[in-house]
Amino acid sequence: MHPALQGLITIIIGVGGCVGYFYFSNFLLDKFLLPARALSAEQTATRRQMGTIFLFGIPALLVAALYVTAVGVGSIASVGGIFWLLVAAGVIYGLLRLKNFVFASGPTTAGRNISHANMIRPWLFLAPAIFALGLYLTYPVFETLRLSLITRNGNVGFGNYSYMFGEQKFWEAMRNNMLWLIVVPAMSTVFGLLVAQLTDRIAWGNIAKMMIFMPMAISMVGASVIWKLIYEARPIDVEQIGILNAIWVAMGGEPQQWLQLPVWNNFFLMAVLIWIQTGFAMVILSAALRGIPEETVEAAIVDGANPFQIFFKIKVPQIMPTIVVVWTTITLTVLKVFDIVFTMTNGQFGTQVLANYMYDKLFRANDWGTGSAAAMIIMLLVTPILVWNVRNARKEMR
Amino acid sequence: MDNIAGHKSGLTWAVHLSVAFLVILWLFPTMGLFVSSFRTADQISSSGWWKALFPTEQNIVIRGASPSEQVQVDGMYVIEGSVFDSRASGDIAHWGTSSREIDAYKPGEVVEMRDGSTITLNEDGTYRMENAAEFEGSRGQRIFFTATTPPEFTLDNYEFMLFDERNSEGMSKAFFSTLTVTIPATVIPILIAAFAAYALAWMEFPGRAILIACVVGLLVVPLQLALIPLLKFHNNIGIGKGYLGVWLAHTGFGLPLAIYLLRNYMVGLPRDIIENAKVDGATDFQIFVKIILPLSFPALASFAIFQFLWTWNDLLVAMVFLIDSSGQTTVMTKQIVEMLGTRGGDWEILATAAFISMAVPIAVFFAMQRYLVRGLLAGSVK
Repeated sequence: MHPALQGLITIIIGVGGCVGYFYFSNFLLDKFLLPARALSAEQTATRRQMGTIFLFGIPALLVAALYVTAVGVGSIASVGGIFWLLVAAGVIYGLLRLKNFVFASGPTTAGRNISHANMIRPWLFLAPAIFALGLYLTYPVFETLRLSLITRNGNVGFGNYSYMFGEQKFWEAMRNNMLWLIVVPAMSTVFGLLVAQLTDRIAWGNIAKMMIFMPMAISMVGASVIWKLIYEARPIDVEQIGILNAIWVAMGGEPQQWLQLPVWNNFFLMAVLIWIQTGFAMVILSAALRGIPEETVEAAIVDGANPFQIFFKIKVPQIMPTIVVVWTTITLTVLKVFDIVFTMTNGQFGTQVLANYMYDKLFRANDWGTGSAAAMIIMLLVTPILVWNVRNARKEMR
Repeated sequence: MDNIAGHKSGLTWAVHLSVAFLVILWLFPTMGLFVSSFRTADQISSSGWWKALFPTEQNIVIRGASPSEQVQVDGMYVIEGSVFDSRASGDIAHWGTSSREIDAYKPGEVVEMRDGSTITLNEDGTYRMENAAEFEGSRGQRIFFTATTPPEFTLDNYEFMLFDERNSEGMSKAFFSTLTVTIPATVIPILIAAFAAYALAWMEFPGRAILIACVVGLLVVPLQLALIPLLKFHNNIGIGKGYLGVWLAHTGFGLPLAIYLLRNYMVGLPRDIIENAKVDGATDFQIFVKIILPLSFPALASFAIFQFLWTWNDLLVAMVFLIDSSGQTTVMTKQIVEMLGTRGGDWEILATAAFISMAVPIAVFFAMQRYLVRGLLAGSVK
């Protein structure tokens, strides 16, 4: 089947399935399970019977069947077998509770039905999202943790971590990641702030911002090609076609393979990400600058402050929270940076970073244990930001 | 803000100049690739792209017509032709007949060769060789010259990379693969997220705050962690590597941002409308479909653009979940990475391929920029 057709069918099935699920689950809840009217004892009894079959009996059988086929009765004594047995038991118990919650054993009032339906409905709306988030983001965190603790020869423990800590390439990746973490967010934020402030009051400011924002739309792979042309080096007796070498030679230098210069090449890779991320920083900071109350600035002018004092002493302190947000958001991008390094140097010449190191381990060396351990290191580095974000979000909600 | 107090600051000019400088600095890299994609391989390797906009001086060597084409005029054997036969026109600056002295003569100068013949090359590129005796040999005389050629651009690269059937590295197939990945991966998460966001914004139930906190937390979980567990999972349930897998993966990875953005937007919708509708007897499902969804269009558009740009530009997820060893489903980003390895110096091909992949996101970017900015402002965790 042609992939385009397959894609179309998937959209139809996906969208149709979602709409159908939401529509029919709500329909079932409102019209059949818990209608907004009183039900007699007879009516609840038939419903209870149907409910026992469809909401409890059949799903419970399915869970049991899944357990037997996927886990196997034989492995029931192992750690995994017991774990999944507990999970299956939990699901069946939950179904039982749900059944008893929905179906009363005697006559019900309309109020009882409506309030019960309203307690169930949010979960109908949330179910697909919770399922997808659980399967695609939450479960992998724990599975990766588990994989990282199992070494190649099947030992459980920190073997992968100690092996990784003994590798010189890992420490190179750590060092480079730290360099990236310092340089890229700082430079992007500074450039972004600079552009946001400079374009704030000039007539063609919006066009200028649009141009600086544009690299956001370009893939990191595309950006890598763009910058590889800039760093292109040719022999000394031939005309340079990379602008950097052209300038360098015009100033009297020898043509350089910029991406192979130890340590410096990291900064040439960082330039690509700074180029991409400055637009992001600019957009957010520009909005923050616009939000500063005019009175504070006017008061400073009246007091005789010069433009630099106004910027550094009045504006920057007021947008500090936004600067922190921009900084952390770019930090997250930097921690996951992969495409640029993979495309431009593939971690050679001392430019390895964690994400690329992990990819190397997972898909080139087929060493899933060490790869997972590297992924856990990335997760560990992200965790402080995660905690901070969650705390802020909760504070804001109150 | 500097001139609020009534005087125009002397800094204004400095501001204009520095903004202009920054804009040029930011555009320059992209311009380089863009211009290069319209140049031939020869042009790219003979001069920097920034010179392409101006006439260039090129050192060229060609062979004159072979002696078999000589004609007899007034008792002399003559070979005539133009050095620009196969190339663009231009002006000859100087020329020579030996690789050691490529700039020995001026245009129009008549030069005597060792065998007694004469040769001259005019400024417009025509040459004339005369000899009393017959020209011998089978190959023509070599002519070295330095010519100033006007800027010249071609669409051949695009034609070659997009429409040439014989080009095994053509981008058209990868273009459609990327499109096939992108559209379902953009549409499906929006729908799932919209329902969830409505529940999180407008329904009261125990555990809501914890769920919102979970979504905020999942926003930052690196997708690197998901690669191996999910690849194993896809293999176990029989999806393996393919479009279905990559659609599901993108859906899962895009959901936290989608829910977060949409919830933040929906919370801000006026409470009156929703409560009135409830009083009038509308169910939650009706409220969602008839009121919330239409009102949330800006937020839906914001997320759609994010997800579109992200899936279109993605490399890692496609490499892990989609591209199998047959390479039939390769996406553009992956193909460009491969070409960087195999065609490292062929900038006309690389530049064109990169621009083909960048054209759609850039068009979307300029068309929908308003929504993108709005989404960015709402999506950065405050």
